[in-house]
Amino acid sequence: MNTGKKKKINWTPYCYLIPCMLVFAIFLFYPFFKTIYLSLFLTDRMGQAKIFVGMQNYIDLLTSESFRQSLQVTLIFVVIVVIGGMLLGLIAAVLCNKAFPGIRAFSTAYALPMAIASTSAAMIFQIMLHPTVGIVNKLTGLDINWLNDPDTALICVAILTAWLNSGINFLYFSAGLGNIDETIYERASVDGASSVQQFFSLTLPGLSPIMFYTLVVNIIQAFQSFGQINILTQGGPDGATNVIVYSIYRDAFFNYRFGSAAAQSVILFIIIMLVTLVMFRLEKKGVSY
Amino acid sequence: MSQSSNMALRGQKTISKEQLLALKQEMNAKALTKRRIRTGSRLVVNIVFAILILLPLLYAVSIAFMPSGELFTTELNLFPKNPTLQNFIDAFTTIPLFRFVLNSFIMAGSITIAQIITCSLAAFAFSFLEFKGRNVLFMIVLATMMVPGEATIVSNYLTVGNLGMLDTYPVLIVPYLTSAMGIFLFRQFYMSFPISLYESAKLDGCSNLRFIAKILIPLTKSAIGAMAVYTFINSWNMYMWPLLVTGSNNMRTVQIGISMLNSVDSQSITMMIAGVVMVIIPSIAIFIVGQKQLIRGMFSGAVKG
Repeated sequence: MNTGKKKKINWTPYCYLIPCMLVFAIFLFYPFFKTIYLSLFLTDRMGQAKIFVGMQNYIDLLTSESFRQSLQVTLIFVVIVVIGGMLLGLIAAVLCNKAFPGIRAFSTAYALPMAIASTSAAMIFQIMLHPTVGIVNKLTGLDINWLNDPDTALICVAILTAWLNSGINFLYFSAGLGNIDETIYERASVDGASSVQQFFSLTLPGLSPIMFYTLVVNIIQAFQSFGQINILTQGGPDGATNVIVYSIYRDAFFNYRFGSAAAQSVILFIIIMLVTLVMFRLEKKGVSY
Repeated sequence: MSQSSNMALRGQKTISKEQLLALKQEMNAKALTKRRIRTGSRLVVNIVFAILILLPLLYAVSIAFMPSGELFTTELNLFPKNPTLQNFIDAFTTIPLFRFVLNSFIMAGSITIAQIITCSLAAFAFSFLEFKGRNVLFMIVLATMMVPGEATIVSNYLTVGNLGMLDTYPVLIVPYLTSAMGIFLFRQFYMSFPISLYESAKLDGCSNLRFIAKILIPLTKSAIGAMAVYTFINSWNMYMWPLLVTGSNNMRTVQIGISMLNSVDSQSITMMIAGVVMVIIPSIAIFIVGQKQLIRGMFSGAVKG
């Protein structure tokens, strides 16, 4: 169709992409490269790059005790959040799998945490974990200052985050369960498989595609938790909840060390990218469709 | 089976027709009770688990109605003895909650509408138009999902600071005018329409924008609904960015404003929770109303593994 004369490029398609590409360019690509650039500099209090230091920011970070602690805290946090959040979502989805009276109300209840802001949830948990008036100490008869104890603070914040994430996980798993063919259960029942056996040999493998997707989303999300930590513990006690994102915030907006904050941002990005790539590599081997 | 026993069975059957009916009824009743027990136990387990999941919210509602003196006892007080609305009134007088709610509505509403527009325009181009670099550009859009927002937030803060945009509505809205997830979701929907739909509309003299407004948008209502609910709730709940870029009470969103109640003395815990409950209500309301849309839009094709 195209003759040599008609070489004029049709620009209309690009017009439809301008709004989104413009926003991406200004608030995603530019800051992304600027972050990498800043991470190689010492900055002034206004965030202007002043002295080129090369990889020094990274070297300082990787040799500093506090950043290594921050990495370790982040890792523990992510593991608890992902396992807890997925387990809650999975249990809820299995409970809501077969029709029974009131199923609509229950599925709304299980999905509800996804509508709650991390700030609101954090403030509620703060009262629940309050050493004197909190319901947790009252119900268990314990006398623990949950959020001021380095041993418990991280677990509390992680459980809160797991709860927040459980809502959307429930939706993912429900969708996954809906995709499993009902007749295989009937056949298994006839063959005399118990419901526990059915769960492990039919339900879980049937869920594996959505399970994988949920896992990736949960890991990425867990790395980015901030609001609940800022409200509940502010990284403390003794850095016990100082996850990377909180450490970035602290370095940039309290210590005005934008270069170091930028370097941590780059490290966060690399970690998330590596995790995602490894997960996709594993998917090819492990997930049965 | 031998002939004779067969005969005998037939003989028996004629005798015990009522018995057989009774037996059938009995079996049915047994199956029914069995089913009832199973449904009942399923219900009980669900109630227990739902209470566990909703515990923080139920507890918050209970405390919000509690007079502040009642909270400070050593005994277990799950429900307010003398329910009061005072906490809600106090929350409104302590912080400019109306203003915060208004700000959040303006921000979340603008972001939601803007995302639907920019995402449907981009998705339209990606699914119906032929142009050079289409696949590359789409891959770039998808790649943006890999960059965590927290990794760029410092640079973004410096950018808007240099532009003198801090503490305004635009700074809350502009960075979120589009979303890669939205483009992906809409494209997924648009790809399910045959290209001939577009071509025949084109032949009838329908312009691209008209095609989007009159044909695509009505056909993808469920995707738009899902996107709207998801985006609104997420923007309503946004915390880190508004925390960084707003400084005055006039611009703070509810999430930042409500955490101001946090710093007040411990006697006002009940008031703080009353504030939290009020802030949660809009997002829960929108979630409950839009839940069906959200689920239908999110899972019809987009996430099938």
